[in-house]
Amino acid sequence: MVYDVAIIGGGITGSAIARELMRYRLRVILIEKECEIGAGTSKANSGIIHAGHHSRSGTLKGRLEWAGNQMWDELHADLDFGFRRGGELTVAMKPDQVADLHELKANGEAKGVTGLELWDKERTLKEEPNLSSDVVASLYAPTSGIINPYEACYSLIDNAVRNGLELSLENAVIGIEWQDDVIMLNTRKGRIATRYCVNAAGLFSDEIAAMAGAGNFTIRPRKGEEYLLDKRLMGIVRHTIFPLATAESKGILVIPTFDGTIMVGPTAQFVDSKYDRTTSAAGFNEVFDSVRTLVPGISPRDCIAQFAGLRAVLESEDFLIGPSSVRGFINVAGIQSPGLTAAPAIAKLIVEILADEGLQLEHKENFMAQNPKRVRFAALSRREQMRLVAANPSYGRIVCRCELVTEGEIVDAIRAGARTLDGVKFRTRAGMGRCQGGFCSARVMELLSRELNVPFTAITKRGGKSWIVTDREERG
Amino acid sequence: MRKLTSPQLKSSYDVIIVGGGPAGLAAAIGAKEAGAESILIVDREQKAGGILWQCIHPGFGLHHFKEELTGPEYAQRFLKQVEEEGVAVISDAYVLDIDKERQVTLMSSVYGMHSIKAGAVVLAMGARERTRGAIHTPGTRPSGVLTAGLAQKLVNMLGYMPGRRIVILGSGDIGLIMARRMTLEGAEVLGVFEIMPYANGLNRNIVQCLHDFDIPLHLSHTVAQIHGQERINAVTVAPVDDKLNPIADKGWEIPCDTLLLAIGLIPENELSRQLNLRLDPVTNGPIVNSAMETSMDGVFACGNVVHIHDLVDFVTQEALSAGRNAGEYALGQRRPGDNIRLVPGNGVSYCVPHTISTHQTHTVYMRVRKPHERCSITFGEVYEKKLRYAFPAEMITVTLKPEFLETFHGDALVVDVHDRE
Repeated sequence: MVYDVAIIGGGITGSAIARELMRYRLRVILIEKECEIGAGTSKANSGIIHAGHHSRSGTLKGRLEWAGNQMWDELHADLDFGFRRGGELTVAMKPDQVADLHELKANGEAKGVTGLELWDKERTLKEEPNLSSDVVASLYAPTSGIINPYEACYSLIDNAVRNGLELSLENAVIGIEWQDDVIMLNTRKGRIATRYCVNAAGLFSDEIAAMAGAGNFTIRPRKGEEYLLDKRLMGIVRHTIFPLATAESKGILVIPTFDGTIMVGPTAQFVDSKYDRTTSAAGFNEVFDSVRTLVPGISPRDCIAQFAGLRAVLESEDFLIGPSSVRGFINVAGIQSPGLTAAPAIAKLIVEILADEGLQLEHKENFMAQNPKRVRFAALSRREQMRLVAANPSYGRIVCRCELVTEGEIVDAIRAGARTLDGVKFRTRAGMGRCQGGFCSARVMELLSRELNVPFTAITKRGGKSWIVTDREERG
Repeated sequence: MRKLTSPQLKSSYDVIIVGGGPAGLAAAIGAKEAGAESILIVDREQKAGGILWQCIHPGFGLHHFKEELTGPEYAQRFLKQVEEEGVAVISDAYVLDIDKERQVTLMSSVYGMHSIKAGAVVLAMGARERTRGAIHTPGTRPSGVLTAGLAQKLVNMLGYMPGRRIVILGSGDIGLIMARRMTLEGAEVLGVFEIMPYANGLNRNIVQCLHDFDIPLHLSHTVAQIHGQERINAVTVAPVDDKLNPIADKGWEIPCDTLLLAIGLIPENELSRQLNLRLDPVTNGPIVNSAMETSMDGVFACGNVVHIHDLVDFVTQEALSAGRNAGEYALGQRRPGDNIRLVPGNGVSYCVPHTISTHQTHTVYMRVRKPHERCSITFGEVYEKKLRYAFPAEMITVTLKPEFLETFHGDALVVDVHDRE
């Protein structure tokens, strides 16, 4: 069988492209090397839908950031993931930075970004009383949103699969050949024949392009460390707080995440290895030193978890999207910030490019735009909770105490595709709270074992060799 | 293990107890002693008894029963007594809310959601373990980094091995117990690393769990880096300077497949926060008066949810008293309020209860900030208790009699620790 399109990479970019392509009568396969979707850069970022005014107009980033920003409401309505337009404030901490705010506002307005307002010190502190009193002024951007990026990936893929996407997880492309008009992808799990191939391999898109002889670019990993804070600080800021940006980074932010936890970060530091997701003492100090100048009430003692992600950075610092010198092979590379924001616009652009390259697009009449609503017990009213528990007792059994996640929700997540402890965690929040899985891990493992009908010892944290336990007699 | 039958739920109880661990079970017995008729324990595990089921080692009950029991034996004695006393126990259930009139909303897969009136409430939710995030250990995020208590559950309750080559960070009691347990299971415990210059667990556990098994204890050392992409494959350990930062160039790498964390416990106060109880920033538990009553009328608390205990016997003692007071409250008996505030002074990290009264004998639980030899605990100028030694890891119990307090006329009594010549 020959696929119409094969997508390499199941991050937010690949997921959005897959979902967009499923609107048409096409045979599409998505190949992801990890055992869960969105497990790389897409999982480990700030979770911000950027307001649209940060990227320079004239760049691909600048164009797709604002276009993508405008598409998230409809996706959210259809697909049911954590998303809210909470607005952001870029703050000037010194008088000489006020000019930068004006410039940022002009840049946004030139791109059509709506609602930008300059706030003076008084207004800023009235809206955000916990900001440092050193604040001089701020730029308010109501179009900025916060999102659970991993949930967005799952929702997009779940919907694409409902509409016929084929998913090949824990599979990697190891070579690319041609037979006449057909691209032959040699993968760990055998050959995949396709007419078109979209390279959305993130950090590894340069290696995939090189395999195809379809581009001469290099991706450098730039690490960002993020720190999650205790719920004690819930509400300390209402908007995402940005300092003024530098050339490499939008700076260290204070982010009220969708679930209410405050997150601070990210750092921005080039690293040698595409696998270096280590957090560091230096990163920790940098983040907290910086954040305390913005919001003095935040203390390093409040840290409950940390992680690091790697941005896929091209020399140009811009996105690289388009057909390559090789027929049928499309590159989507250098998708760093604001890549998450831009993803839906990138997906539309890829469909246009594929059509230009000769792919026949025929609308699928029975395309299902929506996903069934997921149960989120903690977010329901008491009355709704009561009705749910009466109908299905497994929603009455709390597994994760910190985030109030029920057995029913965990079973739902496993049936939707979660295969690992992290898969359950990112779909349901079980294990994301204060105790970081201390109480619920064993119970979640039992549910995974029961639902997937695999031994307890086969359960992993995130696939591969990330085993959790062994049998007593077995040597690890 | 015998499964308790599911009792019929009533619309009101004299006392509702949140949590069926050692604190909750003893509170039920205390409430019964005070004359409360109807008592309900709500426990969120499959079976009440709390963490005791996984503590299969001996060392429990020396104070309360005057004999040495294992954790499950200790739990079983209380469960039996609770059952004989006619206390209703529901497991696999969760308290979602308690309002000002003590209307308790609970949820369970068996009963669905219920709203039940309580004459008095006892909070006995226990504690949870601190995790890697709280100490922000640098490095990768592989599998095989877990708390000692979770490892204990995996080994003792579920029968699996969390790993074979084990490093332990922190010298809390659960970590020390697990050092011995894993060794007995055939694993290699490569060392226990404690950032402080003194151990955080009980001395008897240092001797019985480490020394007896030749497991090295490295004081003033920490894990500076975690290595491994999928599963942990090594840690870098290093001595720390006087600001507790690792001294990088003195560090060394230890290949391992597991890192157990025994870095302390934190009272489990999600519900207390939701009820807006006043909390003590040092203990992280509710502020309680001498009746173990919180800042909310008729809501009492005891056990690890108030402050971390090192012996279950002391939990029992405190919970019996809290339960008795809750029972009395439910029956409408009121006693004079407290008139003295206890203020942790020099070298003292906290005192529980936070207030006392002049008219009765009080048991005060407290901890010191650092180790002392030949020292005195003083309560203002009214009382002095001499100790041969005092360690932060070992809770100190002081009995204050009314006669000591008679001469005291202030409203705040400062508690200090002094070294004696």
